[in-house]
Amino acid sequence: MAEEFFIQGNEACAKGAIAAGCRFFAGYPITPSTEVAETLARELPKVGGSFVQMEDEIASAGAIIGGSWGGTKSMTATSGPGISLMQENIGYAFMTETPIVIVDVQRGSPSTAQPTMAAQGDMMQARWGSHGDYEPIALSPSSVQEFFDFTIKAFNLAEKYRVPVFVMADEVIGHMREKIVVEDDIEIVPRKRPEKTENYLPFENIENGTTPMPAFGDGFNIHVTGLTHDERGYPDTNDPETHDKLIQRICDKILNNKDDICSVQSENCEDADIVIVSYGAPVRSVVEAVNRTDKKVGYVKLDTPWPFPDEEVAKLTANAKDVLVVEMNLGQMYYEVDRVCKRNSNVHLMGVIGGLLPTPDEILDQINRLGGN
Amino acid sequence: MRTEIRICGFGGQGVILAGIILGKSASLFDEKEAVQTQSYGPEARGGASKCEVVISDTKVDYPKVQSPDILVAMSNEALIKYIVDLKDEGTLIVDPGTTDVEDVKEFIEEHNIKVYEAPATKTATDEIGLKIVANIVMVGAITKITGVISKDAAIKAIEASVPKGTEKKNVSAFEAGYNLL
Repeated sequence: MAEEFFIQGNEACAKGAIAAGCRFFAGYPITPSTEVAETLARELPKVGGSFVQMEDEIASAGAIIGGSWGGTKSMTATSGPGISLMQENIGYAFMTETPIVIVDVQRGSPSTAQPTMAAQGDMMQARWGSHGDYEPIALSPSSVQEFFDFTIKAFNLAEKYRVPVFVMADEVIGHMREKIVVEDDIEIVPRKRPEKTENYLPFENIENGTTPMPAFGDGFNIHVTGLTHDERGYPDTNDPETHDKLIQRICDKILNNKDDICSVQSENCEDADIVIVSYGAPVRSVVEAVNRTDKKVGYVKLDTPWPFPDEEVAKLTANAKDVLVVEMNLGQMYYEVDRVCKRNSNVHLMGVIGGLLPTPDEILDQINRLGGN
Repeated sequence: MRTEIRICGFGGQGVILAGIILGKSASLFDEKEAVQTQSYGPEARGGASKCEVVISDTKVDYPKVQSPDILVAMSNEALIKYIVDLKDEGTLIVDPGTTDVEDVKEFIEEHNIKVYEAPATKTATDEIGLKIVANIVMVGAITKITGVISKDAAIKAIEASVPKGTEKKNVSAFEAGYNLL
């Protein structure tokens, strides 16, 4: 039977992680994500899992990569200052195709800035934070229920595509309390282990652009490295073809499966003069503004900012004269929306910093300024 | 209908728990929608503490309180700081043991505020013998005065929220608050 809880977003995230099969958390608690770590420190041992408080975030990211290669679904949670430190190991996880989940409850930034205030300043760090070419997946929850659901989805996508997945929340969603419903038939993607065949190759393209991953101790003789490697995992750093083949596959396994990965929600877009694009907590204010205005305004909510849902956003904004991007930074996803929409529409930014969620009234002011019917 | 409630006091009085109980009552036991938020500052104890709850018959989109319909003040500092946002003809509930409505008399008159005095701290101390349940006494008073949550839902939410073994004391505190006005 479905169960109901009235809990914080961060607690819902921890609950979602356990439901998804996460049994290892390594992290360095930081506001406003601390309750994720607190809850998992209490709950993981009860289900046979482990919690380790690490010395810093670099080590935290390293530990969950190790946990994942040990055969255990693994996660960390942090905020801006921590996500900065994790970037080197995040790149290693992309290169070694290690499924991990990284939760970022975003706060005022840059540097340590505003620990207890909300922001969405890390969106481009999720996209480009580590060096080189790779394609991340990121999910942005707009409610406590979605923080639960998207954490589960993050684990499922991580396993399916052998890739790090970000859950890009914010202080508002992390700290507020709402009802969540936990169904008893949650869809979980279990870790696929490879068959022990004579010619098993750990970095081959046989399924979703990748291949099932063995755990350390399973008895496979494989090599895991951040250096450019062939399908066996052996370093081959001077052959352009090996590098091209590897990086193309790591990118294509995401880009060729965007239909499966990307998700948007929308309302009233077909005949709207103005379409508002938003994600995370600001969606709450956008929806209220759209419901209150008597103009023809629709909205698009990006469930998955990364990979950016080009096709869906282009289709939903095709008839709009103006497109307004509402986000809690001075313009990050705005540039993606502009890239996709500028041929058909004028693209505007409502970038809000300072820590407070934009209000429906402030968004209505922007709508009125843009005119339209 | 959307009702915005702000409960404030000083850190340690349990105003956050009071708000959580209101939200839990509405969303889990009254079949309404509710969102609870709170101010986070670097302080752990003392200082002004604020908890906000939005309760609605329909989905709550914007989760924060903009101008409360109901303000509950458990300290004078918080009363003075937060009364300015209260809606015209809004409801003000204060603990007369820890606040002085004379300090905000002008605002009350200008904005036609309905004022209720619920001596939560005194009731908690004298009737329950435990000063720390003043917040639950206040939940009782809020329930009776505003009707924003039902009595049954409030009791269920209290039993689900307080530490095991303290349910009886807390429900008595709620009843004492409910019977104050």
